[in-house]
Amino acid sequence: MSVAQPVACNEPTPIRQRGQHEVFCGLTSIIWLHRKVQDAFFLVVGSRTCAHLLQSAAGVMIFSEPRFATAIMEERDLAGMADMHDELDNVVARLLERRPDIRMLVLVGSCPSEVIKLDLSRAASRLNAVHAPRHRVIAYSGSGIETTFTQGEDNFLAALIADKASPRSAGEAAKLVVLGCLADVVEDQFSRLFAELGLSGVTFLPGRDAIKGLVVGPETRFILAQPYLGAAAAALEARGARRIDSIFPLGAEGTSAWLRAICMTFGVDMARLDAVVAQPRRRAAEAMAHYRPWLEGRRVFFFPDSQMEPSLARFLSREMGSELLEVGSPYLHREHVAGELALLPPGVTLSEGQDVDEQIDRCRTANPDLIVCGLGLANPFEAEGRVSKWSIEFSFTPIQGFEQAGDLAELFARPLMRNAILTGGADRREAVR
Amino acid sequence: MKLSMWTYEGPPHVGAMRIAASMQGVHYVLHAPQGDTYADLLFTMIERRQSRPPVTYTTFQARDLAGSTADIFKKACRDAVARFTPEALLVGASCTAELLQDDPGGLARTLDVPVPVVPLELPSYQKKENWGAAETFYRLVRAFVGRNPRPDNIPANSCNILGPTSLGFRCRDDVTEIVKLLTEEGLDVRVVAPMGATPADLARIPEAAFNIVLYPEIADVTARWLKTAHGMPFISTIPIGVQATQNFVDEVRAIAGLPTREGRTRDRLTWYSRSIDSNYLTNKRVFIFGDATHAIAAARIASEELGFRVCGLGTYMREFARDVRDAAAKYGVEAVISDDHLEVEAAIVAARPELVLGTQMERHIAKRLRVPCAVISAPTHVQDFPARYSPQMGFEGANVIFDSWVHPLMMGLEEHLLQMFRDDFEFNDSASASHLHPQAPAVKTVEAAPAPVVAAAPTGVIATWTLEAERELQKVPFFVRGKARRNTELFAQGKGIHPITVETLYDAKAHFAR
Ligand code: SF4
Ligand code: SF4
Repeated sequence: MSVAQPVACNEPTPIRQRGQHEVFCGLTSIIWLHRKVQDAFFLVVGSRTCAHLLQSAAGVMIFSEPRFATAIMEERDLAGMADMHDELDNVVARLLERRPDIRMLVLVGSCPSEVIKLDLSRAASRLNAVHAPRHRVIAYSGSGIETTFTQGEDNFLAALIADKASPRSAGEAAKLVVLGCLADVVEDQFSRLFAELGLSGVTFLPGRDAIKGLVVGPETRFILAQPYLGAAAAALEARGARRIDSIFPLGAEGTSAWLRAICMTFGVDMARLDAVVAQPRRRAAEAMAHYRPWLEGRRVFFFPDSQMEPSLARFLSREMGSELLEVGSPYLHREHVAGELALLPPGVTLSEGQDVDEQIDRCRTANPDLIVCGLGLANPFEAEGRVSKWSIEFSFTPIQGFEQAGDLAELFARPLMRNAILTGGADRREAVR
Repeated sequence: MKLSMWTYEGPPHVGAMRIAASMQGVHYVLHAPQGDTYADLLFTMIERRQSRPPVTYTTFQARDLAGSTADIFKKACRDAVARFTPEALLVGASCTAELLQDDPGGLARTLDVPVPVVPLELPSYQKKENWGAAETFYRLVRAFVGRNPRPDNIPANSCNILGPTSLGFRCRDDVTEIVKLLTEEGLDVRVVAPMGATPADLARIPEAAFNIVLYPEIADVTARWLKTAHGMPFISTIPIGVQATQNFVDEVRAIAGLPTREGRTRDRLTWYSRSIDSNYLTNKRVFIFGDATHAIAAARIASEELGFRVCGLGTYMREFARDVRDAAAKYGVEAVISDDHLEVEAAIVAARPELVLGTQMERHIAKRLRVPCAVISAPTHVQDFPARYSPQMGFEGANVIFDSWVHPLMMGLEEHLLQMFRDDFEFNDSASASHLHPQAPAVKTVEAAPAPVVAAAPTGVIATWTLEAERELQKVPFFVRGKARRNTELFAQGKGIHPITVETLYDAKAHFAR
């Protein structure tokens, strides 16, 4: 069996709306970034709202001393009584004293710091003069006026590339950069596959180590592991790297296509690819098959959240046989998701941006079997007797690659299974496996 | 600028949301960027509310900053009124919009929407959540009560309950309990606000004889204004605990002109705490931290009704620092007034409590220090909105408090038996749950090095134990072993003893004996 390359066919025109967005801001990506990049500490320069957002969204209650914090600006900072830069320097000094283990300190801009035009890049270079090389300092913006949810990661990676791929690094240029945060377990699985395929010189960005240098040259190729990385991709391209185009590694089809695109670029023999992926592909198919009865023919509505929606929808429709009612995304990067859009069934409604009240109206009218939406909407939908799936799990759970294809399917199937159990098994199918 | 890893209070507009979400018929238009919509999930997820809070955000973006943010705000107001047809519109700004200076109040006045508009000025860089809630409630009451004279012939037994809100600690059940109690006492409860009230209900507040302030953090300002503007007296005894509930009932009856009567025994706390099994509670050291109302009440119950010893008391609310300081003085401790959880953690470590009563944050601190803990105050977690009925106020509230504070501790008989049989081979922490159930998982070893608290706690000193002392320590029952280790290390550190020997262990035990 060969790994088929999907063929492009159509691209629908999305509904574009400007109204209330019900999406997290870019600060929220800190929640997974700080778990992944283990030597980094994220310091948001913002307001009490930003601090509250982080703790409410992240369940800081669980990690009471996480690797992120907020420097809360106060009245006197704004009134100019205190020089903000001095204040920031003090906070940073206090933090580094408390946490000498921090190797990379990341200053994260917020809406208030952007509106008052507090220059954090300048602050970063000033702080570097004091604290480098022991602590490296970089800056990016995760503000809600500039970024939604996952775009914070994009800006972080762009800043990291600017810093890592600096003249400090010497040595051989990376052959392949896998761009986008992946859970460690997924990174390790892909590493093993790359090794079996005979690919060396692969760098994951971000990796567990923020400090390690990165050499990018014209011979560097990169592939996106996540669909929301416009700025980071541009940063690599500006340094001469070239993007390998592919759909994203979700589900057996996405993962196959993704690996195939890499292999084509590096001239790996297709027969070898087929041999290497045969087993994992079979496992993925087997795992997904458990859930297909639950998802086949189900009508699904996606609210915008992470920009992964087109890929998730493609997975549901092509591998699980679900029907797509509306696929919402906060933003569509035309070029990066072209492959995904082309694989969506003809006539599907796409939406970009949001007017949440109108979208809720459309959703109620469409009366889907499953609604994929954010935490603010899920319980109210459940209270209306609708079945919902929190979209946040798609950002927090390892779902990429062959070994996770079954888990991904299960995330969608679980609310339906649960509903069947609680409604007396009218639709149990195989509820208790 | 203030370094914050965790905050006890959100921004003031979250306080305003709590008022809007508590009431019926009020809609809040909040000028804010998209990320601020996270606040919805406090209500829909943490409180498991069934509907979205009545808030419309303008969610302006950077590209709007060039000049049209005011128009976005006006459109959001018009759309919200058309869609939700509220009886009243609250308008305000979040921290980012405050910097834009669009003046939501002024803009809303130019809108000619067919509903009353109440503008909010909540200085985000200066104030916090509870202040925002109190201010919003006050603005709403002022707007709807106005200065109209109160009617004549108000029945003396009529009253209002002020202060319960969405996201407050057990407010839902407290209201049920207190209304029931008051009704049984012959009182006529007219308006409960903000929880469950409409703007029209607020307008009826002056039609009752007096007000009851259940949560001063929210309703104190309003009650004072009603007293000044309308001569309405108010009661501010908080009915948490048996004694306080009895006093509350007496005060309410007095103000309503009802004769005092002999208190009937309506609680179980009093008896349970006398019962022999509670003997072991004597002078157990308890550290208390939370909002002012719950912390002060908890300290009184702990000390007077349960026989604990208060070894620490504090609040994150500077507005009520004086009250908490006064209370702390009664127990001979110095109040911790701080909203920096690291400071609170240090205070807990220093106080060596055997029980912590606190917020969600103290729960985590206590967990790390392996000290039992019960949550008594917001900020809360999803599990602090239990499915079962669990008020904190009134006589039933006292019963609930007995259970929820005492259950995290080992029960009396249990503690004694464990002591007596600690060398029994089936009766130690590494034995499986029961020899009759070989499948049962072995009890996890409770003793593990506490998660490193980097340079935070004064216990950060690494104490070395001799092998023998370490072995002797293992003979201490597991549920007190953590405490024994801490006490011994503290003792050794104070005396400069190094390494810790069996002697040190017993010297420390003698030193800390009570
Ligand atoms: S599940 Fe909800 S309440 Fe619990 S930690 Fe996560 S966000 Fe907080
Ligand atoms: S939207 Fe802006 S102000 Fe709000 S939490 Fe995000 S960065 Fe902070």
